[in-house]
Amino acid sequence: MTMNAISATRTRRRRRIPAALLVPAVIGLAFLILPLAGLLARTPWTELPARLAEPEMLAALRLSLITATAATALSLLFGVPIAWLLARGDFPGRSVLRALVTVPLVLPPVVGGVALLLVFGRNGIVGSWLYERFDITIPFSTTAVVLAMTFVSMPFLIVSVEGSLRGADLRFEEAAATLGAGRWTVFTHVTLPMVAPGVLAGAVLCWARALGEFGATITFAGNFPGRTQTMPLAVYLALQTDLEAAIVLSLILLAVSVIVLASLRDRWTATP
Amino acid sequence: MRARPSLAAAAALGALALTACGNGGQAEAGAGPTVTVFAAASLTEAFTEIGDRFEAEHEGVMVEFNFAGSSDLAAQITEGAPADVFASADEANMDKAVEAGAADSPTPFAANQLVIAVPEGNPEGVASLSDLTGLDFAACAEQVPCGAAAGAAIGAAGVDLTPVTYETDVKSTLQKLTLGEVDAALVYRTDAIAAESEVDAIAFPESAAALSVYPIAALEDAPEPDLAAEFTAYLLADDAQAVLREAGFQAPDQRA
Repeated sequence: MTMNAISATRTRRRRRIPAALLVPAVIGLAFLILPLAGLLARTPWTELPARLAEPEMLAALRLSLITATAATALSLLFGVPIAWLLARGDFPGRSVLRALVTVPLVLPPVVGGVALLLVFGRNGIVGSWLYERFDITIPFSTTAVVLAMTFVSMPFLIVSVEGSLRGADLRFEEAAATLGAGRWTVFTHVTLPMVAPGVLAGAVLCWARALGEFGATITFAGNFPGRTQTMPLAVYLALQTDLEAAIVLSLILLAVSVIVLASLRDRWTATP
Repeated sequence: MRARPSLAAAAALGALALTACGNGGQAEAGAGPTVTVFAAASLTEAFTEIGDRFEAEHEGVMVEFNFAGSSDLAAQITEGAPADVFASADEANMDKAVEAGAADSPTPFAANQLVIAVPEGNPEGVASLSDLTGLDFAACAEQVPCGAAAGAAIGAAGVDLTPVTYETDVKSTLQKLTLGEVDAALVYRTDAIAAESEVDAIAFPESAAALSVYPIAALEDAPEPDLAAEFTAYLLADDAQAVLREAGFQAPDQRA
């Protein structure tokens, strides 16, 4: 088939989108995009340069990017093994465990923050031991921000990776094993590359969720500029006095996240 | 199995009916007129009590409250929420409503003063603002009324104090203390009184420099303008003022 023929087939295919899919898709897209349009319509564009130059804003943006990335790294480190266990493990209580993993998705984040305090706080189960033995307090620190973000965002990664693992063809792993590859080699050289798109999608969801995290962060980590004040916290506080400033700050966060995600997507995944 | 869906449907309908009742006073046919009061969250306990008394004195009249942060309420009002009365925890948010043409000639009806809340028994022996040096304490962010007051009080004391966290509202500031994460918290006297089973309130003189004044106004587009005026007047009379004093509020004219 020549290149022309291929592109001709593509255009023909593109035209044949069933109305039963197109109509709800357009309505859904409008629902997702219109609120953003609403924000854009109220944006005082002239204020943008002044806001961008504010040191507090830059500190919040920097902290947000660093902590969300750290939370994603932690989620990958612990979440991928959890997903593997849930997809491939054969043990009693697996479905209960799978349900428990999604608890942070359902829990209101503020409650998640209180739960984290009850464990890692100064009087918490783990926190009181850390405080008395090593004089370490986690709340109100950047570590607390990362922990809060990891708590709420790791389930997104786990659910995504587990779905990919269940969809992956087991025969490739079996073939590799037959050819003499050890279990760890099979995992790193066969399984992981096969589910890479799922891992990437999960990591993106995880990062995006961590970036927007508010409730658990404000409850567990508090709000201190430069240390625990992430962009969503700065936006919320701006909202108390100045709606327009809050909109500008949200747009900066949105723009940065869209740029990061779009550039990653181009680099790491082959666009179809 | 048959019964289940219908049960669920009944429950859903019930829930819908409940929400309908909760949201729209006007929807209740047959009931008397309803005065809708948008009030700052810190007024919750006192205003609920005052609302009951107002209803008892006004046959057939209902009082409905929407309690939230003053800035949220100001935004709701300027965006056209149907309210009769606005009671704000600070003058800045009332000014927003006035500037938007939603309210006119607000009247101060109460004042609130900061205290240092400490765990019951005061284990760290805090007696003044400067005793907070070296302790972990929580305060509100300067963007919210209790934080502006905290900043002014610390400034008046002339001490160099930095909290470990700038909370978004006074209730979460107090929560950090009741959860044991901080040694002290700068909160309103009324919040400390509401939590007096868990915390002690230490008064400090510098808080007089940062009195929060609560203004109230009947709204321009009030669905029930007469009742709005009546409720506002009622709030300034002795009976309601006694309830406010009981909750820890001061008279507005004590402003320094």
